Amino acid sequence: MLAVVDYGVGNLFSLQCSLKKIGAQAVVTDDENIIRAADRIILPGVGAFGDAVKKLHESGLFEVVIDEAERGKPLMGICLGMQMLFEKSYEYGEYDGLGLLNGEIVPLKGEIPQNLDIPHMGWNALSLDKNCPLFKYIEDGDCVYFVHSYFATNCDSSVVATAEYGIPVTAAVGKGNIFGCQFHPEKSGDVGLKILKAFCEIGE
Amino acid sequence: MITKRIIPCLDVRNGTVVKGTNFENLNEISSPVQLAEYYSSHGADELVFYDITASSDGRKLFTDILTETASKVFIPLTVGGGINTLDDFDRVLKCGADKVSVNSGAIRNPSLIPEAASKYGDQCVVLSVDVKRVDGKFCVFAKGGRENTGMDALEWIKQGVKNGAGEIVVNSIDTDGVKNGFDIEMLKAVCDIVNVPVIASGGAGGKQDFVDLFNTVPGVSAGLAASIFHYGEVTIDDLKNTLKENNITVRL
Repeated sequence: MLAVVDYGVGNLFSLQCSLKKIGAQAVVTDDENIIRAADRIILPGVGAFGDAVKKLHESGLFEVVIDEAERGKPLMGICLGMQMLFEKSYEYGEYDGLGLLNGEIVPLKGEIPQNLDIPHMGWNALSLDKNCPLFKYIEDGDCVYFVHSYFATNCDSSVVATAEYGIPVTAAVGKGNIFGCQFHPEKSGDVGLKILKAFCEIGE
Repeated sequence: MITKRIIPCLDVRNGTVVKGTNFENLNEISSPVQLAEYYSSHGADELVFYDITASSDGRKLFTDILTETASKVFIPLTVGGGINTLDDFDRVLKCGADKVSVNSGAIRNPSLIPEAASKYGDQCVVLSVDVKRVDGKFCVFAKGGRENTGMDALEWIKQGVKNGAGEIVVNSIDTDGVKNGFDIEMLKAVCDIVNVPVIASGGAGGKQDFVDLFNTVPGVSAGLAASIFHYGEVTIDDLKNTLKENNITVRL
């Protein structure tokens, strides 16, 4: 069973539907016991980093997610959920994340050429490391859907995919049992569904 | 690089797509859900659902359709039509919409864009503007293009972006329905003043119009059309292949 962590941020309808579509046994929950009993975890997220981290703390699930990830349970963060895997974000202040991966979240503004729109929104091609188990069913150059204004940097060796937006933007990360997608697999058509399916098969 | 998007627009009234369809083997389709699935599997990058219902019964039917579509189609969905309040945003977002497009509602209530942007994020708020030339000036029209507000379109768009609109749809009334190409001059003027994605709407008559659009106005992010797709005059797969042959980056 897969647990989607519901800590009061954003709308999980599309994610739920896409997991159903691929036949995953998924439950959207804020129940610590269910999350601990699940065999894998998805951490979603939209909105601002500081607000999301605060809500994850308030829900009592911040430590639970860290604990389960450290026990080796497959964990995937999506969009802001991926950003929260890192140590720190500089979105509207300075906030600590889960610290499961080395790196920090910084604005695209100032890092990408000025003529490019922010947010980085739309379909962009992945330049990917085929060895990452998330990409079992997809190919280098496949497109996925992005919407974000901040991105992960200084992530050492955890970057497994980038998308070109003036610079190579961190698109996906993977280290051991911990994974993250900056893009929205639940909005990325068949390619996105194949990434979710691959995540559901990790460790099986 | 980010790809140029191709977006079919579905006008929905009382549960059916208004402009109708004329696909080979799909003549009977009037269901927006099936049409959405068809477009999604044939290369559409995003879908716009436009609610042109007046009654509350029709509105309920629309949200049911949206919910069903969002449970079957896994590409971004934008919803417009009848969006006047934050409750309207809430209503369609709960049904699986990713972005909400405001038009007359933003003209009537100037605080709608800033309030929605602060609650749901800039990326969620699309400002759709119906523009027509009057005495050589780009003017904003309201009520489905029937009423000249007298407002300067470029100023209105600039203000909208400043207030938090994360994307602009420019519907040129001058080129709409003429099928003689997008309004290049108007789109250039808009792209020059904003730093958010601009979607071109109105005037697509064939594949070459999209090639010309992306080649002459590189700042435009997407092309939107309805009838040429609904009537099967242009298929999205074929259009994207043509764009690719012309060195325009698309998702195939």
